[in-house]
Amino acid sequence: MSSGLWNDAFRQLRGDRAAMTGLVVLSWLVIAAAAGPLLVDYREDQIDWANMAVPPFTAEGHWLGTDRLGRDLLVRTLHGLRVSLVIALAATLVSLVIGVAWGAIAGYLRGRADALMMRFVDVLYALPQVFFVIILTVVFGRGPLTLLIAIGAFGWLTMARIVRGQALALREREFVEAAVVGGAGTLRIVLRHIVPNLLGPVIVYATLTVPQVILVESFLSFLGIGIQEPLASLGNLIADGAAEMETAPWMLAVPAGCLVLLVFCFNFLGDGLRDALDPRDRR
Amino acid sequence: MSSLAFVTRRLLGAIPTLVIIVTLSFLLTRLAPGGPFDEEQALPPEIRANLEAAYGLDQPMAVQFGRYVMGLLRGDFGPSFKFRDFTVSELIASGLPVSLTIGIAALLLAIALGVPAGVWAALARGRWPDRLLMSFAVAGISVPVFVVAPFLALAFGIWLRWLPVAGWAPGRSSDLVLPVVTLALPVIAYLARLTRGSLLEVLRAPWVRAARARGLPGRTVLLRHALPAALLPVVSYLGPATAAVLAGSLVVETIFGLPGMGRHLVQGALNRDYTLVMGMVIVYAALMIVLNLLADLVYAWLDPRIRRGGRS
Repeated sequence: MSSGLWNDAFRQLRGDRAAMTGLVVLSWLVIAAAAGPLLVDYREDQIDWANMAVPPFTAEGHWLGTDRLGRDLLVRTLHGLRVSLVIALAATLVSLVIGVAWGAIAGYLRGRADALMMRFVDVLYALPQVFFVIILTVVFGRGPLTLLIAIGAFGWLTMARIVRGQALALREREFVEAAVVGGAGTLRIVLRHIVPNLLGPVIVYATLTVPQVILVESFLSFLGIGIQEPLASLGNLIADGAAEMETAPWMLAVPAGCLVLLVFCFNFLGDGLRDALDPRDRR
Repeated sequence: MSSLAFVTRRLLGAIPTLVIIVTLSFLLTRLAPGGPFDEEQALPPEIRANLEAAYGLDQPMAVQFGRYVMGLLRGDFGPSFKFRDFTVSELIASGLPVSLTIGIAALLLAIALGVPAGVWAALARGRWPDRLLMSFAVAGISVPVFVVAPFLALAFGIWLRWLPVAGWAPGRSSDLVLPVVTLALPVIAYLARLTRGSLLEVLRAPWVRAARARGLPGRTVLLRHALPAALLPVVSYLGPATAAVLAGSLVVETIFGLPGMGRHLVQGALNRDYTLVMGMVIVYAALMIVLNLLADLVYAWLDPRIRRGGRS
């Protein structure tokens, strides 16, 4: 039953131009972030005294120019991309695990436990999230780990809601009934029978969560309360660029272009996956 | 049920949310490792004790919380730990008008442009206006405020010199153009997409076909029958839109140098000024609740099914 669904989904996705373009460009970006810094002759915090604030394609070895301190912009952007991607993937993974567990259990148990668990989600949902992430960074100090926890703390809510809705429907299906009759325990049913059947919507929503996390992280780093110098993230590179835009606009254009490209790719891929895996939602 | 009862019930429903926000932000800031007076250079213990006594930090947690809540009820958000000359209430009073002005202007601009754009795209479905508008919409949604803002400042402030790059003089409205446009752009994009999708769905509905079948002119069908129904999802998006505009105002006020609440909040966060951050977050949360409430009321006004009974 499920192999048919996945084959159909794969065929549909391959026919989706925007999604495939997104996937290809995304793979390049990931490879560049992972391996790119090794291929450039400069380290991300290395200062080239002879070439400060040079525009792209003008100085030997600095393909995309340098910043005010003579640091190579290509290397810094690739590092920023790496930091942003790692934080986004890790925070998405955190919210994925919490959200799926929470939603699957609530949906499977139903009744009072479900009501209580989802009430908790509702309460967190009503909070202004960005502002609470800011409070968390104030409280726990700035840095990658705080960001990860703060973003993950709110990221799982929507996932929990989606999964719970699916789980409520799934638990009425015959194969769950069969498992109950067969004597399987709650944990086993949730893990072996409910969760695998949730994979479609979970994959779609996770793909759409990654760009959200990237945006929140860069937003905070842009404001100076996220990733701190000398560590580069796309957000604080854009902030540096915005401060120098009058004299060195490329410092703004390079990281901003990279961020926008990244977000576009994830969104196109996510939309394509939604069309492929969740045919009911097709518009 | 009368609409007065509806409004009262909604207002009462907002109180627990606000209580949770106040409690949570209080607890979070007090849980913090280290206090507000941890500078790079350690203070002598006597001075530190005096400072903590002056701010009431030597009291038990429950007493501190009680004092804070009583203060809030009087509109007193306590002293700022870092801006020694101002109380948090004074900073809020000076920043709130600025933030409200640009926020409300941005929301109005977004509605005024986004909804008609969506209607146009829906009516021209598949033809060039639709494609063009929807490409803009996708771009507007994907490009974050902190990228749009510096580029607009660069283009209109530095290269074209049409508008001031940054600054704020009371009464000079040219200062507000770039901030408001920047804040409105993503909301315009989202509203356009939402309106288009919802109107296309409504136009296929049986009652719209019935109205056409009765021979009503296309304009009447659109304005009287289709549009009010199509606007319901748009109205319910106004809550999230408010959240987006408030978050965006942090960036916009920082970039364009506006003395609003957002800039105070960012400064407070950079200085680890707990009372300032708490106060700002509480005001932002209250603003969000009020505007969500307004959106709910408009929704109920447009959709009588909700006014008459049951929960939302």
